[in-house]
Amino acid sequence: MISRAEWLRTTLLATSLAFTFTGPVLADSTALPDKTPAEFKVTDFLLDNGMEVVVIPDHRAPIVTHMVWYKIGSADEPPGKSGIAHFFEHLMFKATTNHAAGEFDRAVSDIGGSNNAFTSYDYTAFHETVAPSALEQMMGFEADRMRNLILTDDVIKTERDVILEERRSRIDNNPQAVLDEEVDATLWQNQPYRIPVIGWMQEMEQLNRTDAVAFYDKYYRPNNAVLIVAGDVEPETVKALAEKTYGKVARGPDLPPRIRPVEPEQNTKRTVTLADARVSVPSFSTQWVVPSYHTAKPGEAEALDLLAEILGGGNRSRLYQALVVKQGIASNAGAYFQGTMLDDTNFTVYGAPRGDAKLADVEAAVDAEVARIASGGVTPDELEKAKDRYIRSMVFARDKQDSMAEIYGSTLATGGNVQDVQQWPDRIRKVTADEVKAVAARYLVLARSTSGYLLPQQQAGN
Amino acid sequence: MTNQHRASFPSPTRGEGRTRTALATLFLSILFLILPALAARAMDIQQVTSPKGITAWLVEDYSVPIVAVRFVFGGGSTQDPVGKEGLTNLMTGLFDEGAGPLDSEAFQVRLDDAGAEMSFEETRDGVYGSMRMLAEQRDEAFDLLRLAVNEPRFDQAPIDRIRAQILSGIIANENDPDTVAQHRWARAVYGDHPYSRSDQGTRQSIAAITKDDLKALHKAVFARGGLHVAVVGAIDAETLKKKLDMVFGDLPQNQALTPVADVEPKLAQRVEVNYDLPQTSLQLAWPGVKRKSADFFPAVLMNEILGGGTFTSRLFAEVREKRGLAYSVNSSLVNQDHADALIVTTGTRSDRAAETLGIVRDVARQLAEEGPTEAELAATKKYLIGAYAITNLDSSSSIAATLVELQLDDLGIDYMQRRAGYINAVTLDQVKAAAKKLLTAEPTIMVVGPPLAGAGKG
Repeated sequence: MISRAEWLRTTLLATSLAFTFTGPVLADSTALPDKTPAEFKVTDFLLDNGMEVVVIPDHRAPIVTHMVWYKIGSADEPPGKSGIAHFFEHLMFKATTNHAAGEFDRAVSDIGGSNNAFTSYDYTAFHETVAPSALEQMMGFEADRMRNLILTDDVIKTERDVILEERRSRIDNNPQAVLDEEVDATLWQNQPYRIPVIGWMQEMEQLNRTDAVAFYDKYYRPNNAVLIVAGDVEPETVKALAEKTYGKVARGPDLPPRIRPVEPEQNTKRTVTLADARVSVPSFSTQWVVPSYHTAKPGEAEALDLLAEILGGGNRSRLYQALVVKQGIASNAGAYFQGTMLDDTNFTVYGAPRGDAKLADVEAAVDAEVARIASGGVTPDELEKAKDRYIRSMVFARDKQDSMAEIYGSTLATGGNVQDVQQWPDRIRKVTADEVKAVAARYLVLARSTSGYLLPQQQAGN
Repeated sequence: MTNQHRASFPSPTRGEGRTRTALATLFLSILFLILPALAARAMDIQQVTSPKGITAWLVEDYSVPIVAVRFVFGGGSTQDPVGKEGLTNLMTGLFDEGAGPLDSEAFQVRLDDAGAEMSFEETRDGVYGSMRMLAEQRDEAFDLLRLAVNEPRFDQAPIDRIRAQILSGIIANENDPDTVAQHRWARAVYGDHPYSRSDQGTRQSIAAITKDDLKALHKAVFARGGLHVAVVGAIDAETLKKKLDMVFGDLPQNQALTPVADVEPKLAQRVEVNYDLPQTSLQLAWPGVKRKSADFFPAVLMNEILGGGTFTSRLFAEVREKRGLAYSVNSSLVNQDHADALIVTTGTRSDRAAETLGIVRDVARQLAEEGPTEAELAATKKYLIGAYAITNLDSSSSIAATLVELQLDDLGIDYMQRRAGYINAVTLDQVKAAAKKLLTAEPTIMVVGPPLAGAGKG
């Protein structure tokens, strides 16, 4: 069940958790007795070789989550080499000059730990969850494979077959995934987010040892990595162990800034349609290019988060209430914003009809709600409740140490820092109704959007 | 983060061998074994009994200001009357759609204002409820839970809306090869037993369900006799007792369940769903082992070695690492109240599916004939012992869920201290015997994809 090579279309967490805090948000105001502990104080520091380290203490159970994030994802791949970032993630589990293939996996399972890895557009991460006593061992293995991997043609060939199977199971066997891939390739006209993380099949088939070694030598360096340790440990201990292990790895050449191809002005309405015999209920989504936390002007990304929540974040959202509950024309409808990205990102609305309703009716109703929020804005009550939901979700996120590790890791890998995470609740609190209306009006313009339609076979051509 | 595809054997939910959690739940035992002091700190389970006699297991913890509640009523979708399949599923969709004096809208507004999340879902064998709340607003949250559990309204408008959403889901999957295949698989393996029916029901059966059906089901299932409760978080035992009485204390004493027979999954069958797909799904079923059986832990160890949750299982090594035939391949023991099975699933390029099936069968055959090595067994014991806490106890909600399952399986409040002992006591001969007993049977095999090419050894 543990899939080593997790590949992510989006980041790890629901948008509402994409950034979080560490301080007490609601805890301080509770009437609970003095059993409420000190907050989980986050520490960050740099090793001499440039590796960033973040420690998130959580002493509830003797478990520690250890993650190494490399600031390299599919959007950094050379032209024609799509899928190399994810392929390389798989190859990181092969033999090194110090450990035979499978030795790291056996060491993890011998102590009942869990380990895995994932790749996204902007980062690749490797993680283990173990008892604190095994932390040094995990660091030793990770530091070793940062530089000492042995890549043979045999290893390349077999593992390439594995990623081709992964592509077949995740994408090619699933019409919704095939459509999503084509929508991304249409929404993004120039930016590399148009290329799937897992890669295009014909390019994946050609990935070779030379590509892998070049990729490894360029990116798998301590000065391109972030170490996140969350759990039953103290910062001083983590620092001492990290210096003993990762600290011994030589700093690599400085990487150039991650400047990627940027979008031209978006000025058309595009549609992508897939009809498939496996589909019997049609559905649609509409997407826009919008700023991410890294590219937005101050406050804009926070406003987009709240806009997504109010417009389509759940059962209390406008889309759900209007289309599913009141009009009764949709089986579902919603919206989301994926803010934790290095470059501009996307804002999405979606819906599917129920009963005798037509897809066109659902789409028209979604468009009407988008237009209404862009022209009329949101109410103070809606805004407050949406903010409350965000703050609440962050309290719940604190209950899971690997969630906290992922929040910090994904933020630091996409141009943010520890303070961005910690100050996020305050920034959310400051968003005004006017700002939410403004981002809706500025970005959710149908004349420059991309819609995807998944249709039953018989509706093809309609 | 999405998980590798797991067996979609119908609704396995319970016990150490359950599909969703056997591997998704594994560390505290290592604490008890190796770090007893830390373990005690990590997990002090109290048994709490209210004045009205409601018992719950409580882990009191104030690190994060939240409370997680999990409970189950025995029953589940096996209780759906013939012709009204999908009744339990529809009911679970309606608990936050109006209760007591609050209609659907009012109930959901209050729930949102209370900062709480409530969910209900059914399995074949039970109706589960979960609630996550902020400690500072727990009074309001528990009050809403009381209303939902005792006085669901089942108003016609939400019934019709939720039913229409379920219907959309049923229609949406009618041409989906995997869904079609799972229905055919369940029918082949379980025959006429309730386990062969769809949880969601059919177009016809959900159309037939009335408000009276929902009320009758609620009355039959929501009773103190079939209830198990676990609570984790910022609440003390005395406060919890009051909440338990408030939420569950006025329910009737006894459930009125329709008896469900035990069933032996039917093996030695071939289910083929032909479809032009780039990747073929394979699923194989062998006999399982009951949770209460003396063979249980030997079988758990055997399953881990065959295709369990690590990257070191035999199936992972042979199918993926050596040959690159699949991204995912795994085995799991599935324990339901009335049936048990061992399931292997994988997905592989269609032109090599016959070869892959042959390899899966060879790996099983070899394990049946020769058993594992001492070294494999020793490593697997360490893994299973160590992994329990990491996967079972990594958040308040998962701790609460684990404690409910321990109660359902009647394993005792000190089970986590004893578990490592059970695993360590298993001998190589016992695992060999378990492998022989389970894996020498002729499995039922399902193939979803193009017809198998070549003369696979399967």
